[in-house]
Amino acid sequence: MIYLKRIRAARRTDLAQVIAIDAGITGLRKPAYWSGILARYGTRQRQRYFLVAETDAAVQGYIVGEVRDWEFGSPPCGWVFGLGVRPEARLAGVGARMLEAICERFRRAGVTTVRTLLDRDDPLVLAFFRSQGMMAAPFIPLQMELE
Amino acid sequence: MKLQQNARLALYAALEFAADPTRQLSAAEIAAKYRISTHHLAKVLRKLGRAGLLRAARGVGGGYRFAANAKRVTLLDVIGLFEQIGATRPRGARRNEERALDEVLAEIDEIARATFGSITLATMLKLVGRHARRPQAQPGRAG
Repeated sequence: MIYLKRIRAARRTDLAQVIAIDAGITGLRKPAYWSGILARYGTRQRQRYFLVAETDAAVQGYIVGEVRDWEFGSPPCGWVFGLGVRPEARLAGVGARMLEAICERFRRAGVTTVRTLLDRDDPLVLAFFRSQGMMAAPFIPLQMELE
Repeated sequence: MKLQQNARLALYAALEFAADPTRQLSAAEIAAKYRISTHHLAKVLRKLGRAGLLRAARGVGGGYRFAANAKRVTLLDVIGLFEQIGATRPRGARRNEERALDEVLAEIDEIARATFGSITLATMLKLVGRHARRPQAQPGRAG
């Protein structure tokens, strides 16, 4: 059973745990990346949010997002571009609470839409965001190899 | 996109059962709600039973109960019992025009599979609930 104490802004002292959670998910340790995220999305950054979910024992998950204005022709909306939860803390509502926490911050910032971008070969993450009520956005991500 | 009728009926039936796993339902009850053939639906339910989604209920009245985990069963799991999302395409040397069109169709198939594979019955029931809260027209015949 997971008893979340709170969802709060990430601190430098959280980074080791965030890096470990991310590495457990992706297989990659990215200390420089996460230091950069903290610098750009940490406390007191306007419209940028790097939150962690903590219990008494540890950080159980993280979520990163921001309000983006007029990108891809869209009025300002919230974007979630990072979310991770410790495997042993899953299915306990940690992800849902973090998403709700960042969405509340998006609402206070004045936006009414939240979006994210997901790997279509990751059914677990797709299913999570779907379970929170998200449906396909009116965008199609395109890519090409640079030769 | 269109689903074959059996797949569509199977989804409706799976949602009916998943909405209340303690409830015993017969083909006739569901068929009456969706105004479809009881005989046809019974075949669909037997297939869902063989796949482990439903369990035949003993006793008077018969029928089935939901036997799976609505948070784990996806729309693709149900649809896949009745049809394949994405056509199989012939291998071997083919014209460039055929390969180019196949690449486009494969892209659409992948999106369809990812969409169906990411929506569980539990999530679908939440979507049903959101539609129930919106003003809506009278339900028509199930297609």
